[in-house]
Amino acid sequence: MWRAVFALIIKELLAVLKDPKSRMVLIVPPLLQLIVFGYAATFALNRVPIAVYNQDHSQASRDLIARFTGSRIFTQVAALNSARQINPLIDSRKVDLVLSIDRRFTRDLLTHRPAPVQLIVDGRDSNTALIVLGYANSIITSFSLHWLRSHGEPPPPAVLDIRAQYNPTLSSRWFIVPGIIALLTQVVTLMVVGLSVAREREAGTFDQLLVTPFTPGEILLGKALPGLLIGTVEASVIILAAVLWFHVPLRGSLFALYLGIFLFVAAVIGIGLMISSIAVTQQQALLGAFLFMVPSIILSGFATPIANMPAVIRKLTWINPMRHILIVVRGVFLEGATARAFIPEYAAMAAIAAVSLFAAGWLFRRRTY
Amino acid sequence: MPAAGESPAALRLEKVSHAFVSARRTATALREVSADAARGTVTGVIGPDGAGKTTLLRLAAGLLKVQSGRIEVLGIDVARDPDQARRRLGYMPQRFGLYEDLTVRENLDLYAKVQNVPAAQRHRRGGELLHMTGLEPFLGRLAGRLSGGMKQKLGLACTLVRVPELLLLDEPTVGVDPVSRRELWEIIDHLVHTEQLTVMVSTSYLDEAERCQRVLLLHEGRLVAATDPASFTARSTGRSFHVSAAGIGKRQLQEQLARTPGVIDATIQGAFVRIVTAPGAQPPADSLAALAAPLSVVAVPPRFEDSFVAQIKQVSAPPPPNTPAIATGGTRSEEEASAAMTRREGRAPSTTDEAVIFADRLTRRFGDFVAVDAISFQVRRGEIFGLLGANGAGKSTTFRMLCGLLPASDGTLRVAGYDLRHAAASARGRIGYMAQKFSLYADLSVAENLRFFASAYRLHGAQRSARIDWALEEFVLGPYLDVVSRDLPLGYKQRLALACALMHAPEILFLDEPTSGVDPLARREFWLRINALAESGVTVLVTTHFMEEAEYCDRLAILAQGRVLAAGDPESLKARARTAAQPQPTMEDAFIALLEAAAAPQAA
Repeated sequence: MWRAVFALIIKELLAVLKDPKSRMVLIVPPLLQLIVFGYAATFALNRVPIAVYNQDHSQASRDLIARFTGSRIFTQVAALNSARQINPLIDSRKVDLVLSIDRRFTRDLLTHRPAPVQLIVDGRDSNTALIVLGYANSIITSFSLHWLRSHGEPPPPAVLDIRAQYNPTLSSRWFIVPGIIALLTQVVTLMVVGLSVAREREAGTFDQLLVTPFTPGEILLGKALPGLLIGTVEASVIILAAVLWFHVPLRGSLFALYLGIFLFVAAVIGIGLMISSIAVTQQQALLGAFLFMVPSIILSGFATPIANMPAVIRKLTWINPMRHILIVVRGVFLEGATARAFIPEYAAMAAIAAVSLFAAGWLFRRRTY
Repeated sequence: MPAAGESPAALRLEKVSHAFVSARRTATALREVSADAARGTVTGVIGPDGAGKTTLLRLAAGLLKVQSGRIEVLGIDVARDPDQARRRLGYMPQRFGLYEDLTVRENLDLYAKVQNVPAAQRHRRGGELLHMTGLEPFLGRLAGRLSGGMKQKLGLACTLVRVPELLLLDEPTVGVDPVSRRELWEIIDHLVHTEQLTVMVSTSYLDEAERCQRVLLLHEGRLVAATDPASFTARSTGRSFHVSAAGIGKRQLQEQLARTPGVIDATIQGAFVRIVTAPGAQPPADSLAALAAPLSVVAVPPRFEDSFVAQIKQVSAPPPPNTPAIATGGTRSEEEASAAMTRREGRAPSTTDEAVIFADRLTRRFGDFVAVDAISFQVRRGEIFGLLGANGAGKSTTFRMLCGLLPASDGTLRVAGYDLRHAAASARGRIGYMAQKFSLYADLSVAENLRFFASAYRLHGAQRSARIDWALEEFVLGPYLDVVSRDLPLGYKQRLALACALMHAPEILFLDEPTSGVDPLARREFWLRINALAESGVTVLVTTHFMEEAEYCDRLAILAQGRVLAAGDPESLKARARTAAQPQPTMEDAFIALLEAAAAPQAA
């Protein structure tokens, strides 16, 4: 049996690797995507354009403005002298934030009354607006603390002391790049495996396979193992690039990481083979693969937290292998976790793999015309 | 109507050569072909695969750039003014681009609009064409749901919607059943008569070539004959004979005759072996006396095909010796023969009357549609059994059920004692399967395909290499060892597919339309091998829509609309169609007669 399965694997790998086009697809787009996403996909903000409407003209207000313009996050692009100028600037997206300092600012500060500072933010992109406000808030807080200390006042009763565990500088690249490992591994594996059965059906070679003494199990292995090999190699290349190029710390156990990737690739192969067995043509298989891919990425926690999703959808994400591998990859990379921490994720991916591979094997023989 | 002073020929080729250059190699498709087609005639272009037929038509249609020589269409130099020429001709490629998700009417309207046919004319012309092609009842049907023959007729109608003066047809009848084939030719003849149309048609059916006023015979890009069919046929006058011998099976006799020097061609025709001798060869009675049994040799009138094969064999290098000893053991190495023996020993002892393939009231339904309707037949060991029928008759469905690829809805079937759908995987090791499209791994080389299928059939070690060597030698694939099978010539693809199917010396061989699209010479070679296999005890089940191939079968079943119309040996089936008007009916005549008889009670 193993000799025959080995022949199937050789055949499958030859079919993928002999064609220069499909060889290209395996290597070039994933690396390009890794580089582009690694640099471009980030939540961090830089040089956010702001305008300042300062009605106070005092040492204190200039000090506050300097704290804004001195950080690399904000760049002042305009100084206003009328409230009417605010809206046009925001409308035309020339600035994302307007800092408006009331003329009673210094007076209130000196008389121990709350000194109002107005922040007007462009709320059209809610995510960016929240991040901008967060930065502005922390600048104002640190200004207040400094003011109290330098004027011999007692500090406020409660003071925030934030430490970001696992990602001290809150670098969003550390969050995104491990996600890309999962994302690209899924794309490549799904493309290689998802089209394979449909391609053979189109060429008529699948019938030829079915009339040889291969059992459905052997055909399944012959299709799954090359995918497993290709998917794991692909993942390894991206992991190397993440560590060596993007300097994302790989703190946990490699065993935990590879066990996760193995189960993840197996689950993706199962889904790919299922799609491939249902499809009659390669085109249908391709459409099917995309139909799966888009929701699997959006509902994986790759960009938006699963915790924010409605309860029903949250439950649904359990059948999404990418949701689980993201936990494993990020856990191993950033937390330095070991395999013991991921038993529920491993179990879920193994279950998805088992069910989908079994279904694919069953569909091989059913879907016959 | 041709204006005065215009060239009298509708199409004129002068020393046309054409080569396809790719990164790896240059393939010459045409070499200095000069020919012309007179207005209002039908010219047939014939020749083996790769002879350059399609290239010739595509050049004339202005779809390929003329590389060397000169082509005139209706007096227009195609190289200089291809658009002008294209406006006056119609071209129908092998696979016409029908929109399968549009209806018959929508397809016709679409092509009329694309061709800028004015609305009024479109309506009138469309009506005429629909009437002529008999598609009127199917106006609202999706093109994808038409039969092969109806699709071709619709394709022809779409080509003719703007009245062309020159019509170029590239193998319009491939895969079309005999009845539709006749109808298509009637349409073409009608157009030539009523519209003074000039037609150039390429075909691999030689009976169609006989309907043309002129035939151009191409071989390896050269024009080897340009003449009218009757005088072409007459070239082998006095060289065609029917041979039979008491006590020798027709297949054995054919094999012997094919090896006899001076015999160019030997084919099985019913109970006889038809031979064509080389020009100037001795009378057959003498040269065949070397054979053991007394022969009866009867001179018969030549056929077009006799001259075709003679002509091609004369101009091409001698083919590899026709001694396919596929499983007879005669030419095989000791080691390999013993390997095959060990494989055979595992089989149950057999008698020749044993039914190896058995179908009883076999039925397959797809929803409401009954594709195969309670058909029953039996195939004995060592027999060649044919399933003959038009597209959609249920051949392929039956075939797929027998191979275990499709579950039967009802009825019983047994192949070598098993229902392959439910039997253990090892039972499939006893059958060989060759699909219609020569299902090979196109990206893999010949050697890689052979190695894969050898392993698939659980061969390994010395046995595996012995079988691969056998295949390379037997099918003369050695020179192509490292060629990617996508790039193989069609005939070699077929050889490779057969080699893969025979890797494990199966006892039953399933062949689905094995010669579809293959030229007459390659078909002959193929059947010679199949004959040798049957002689060695392999049971062969073959589906075909080539009526003349039925002659090679020991017994056959003619299918139509999922039912067996008739079953029996070729002679008795032909005898049924014998009438005073048709004393010597061909298998095609018999087939059409049977279909008409079956349709008659329905119409009443």
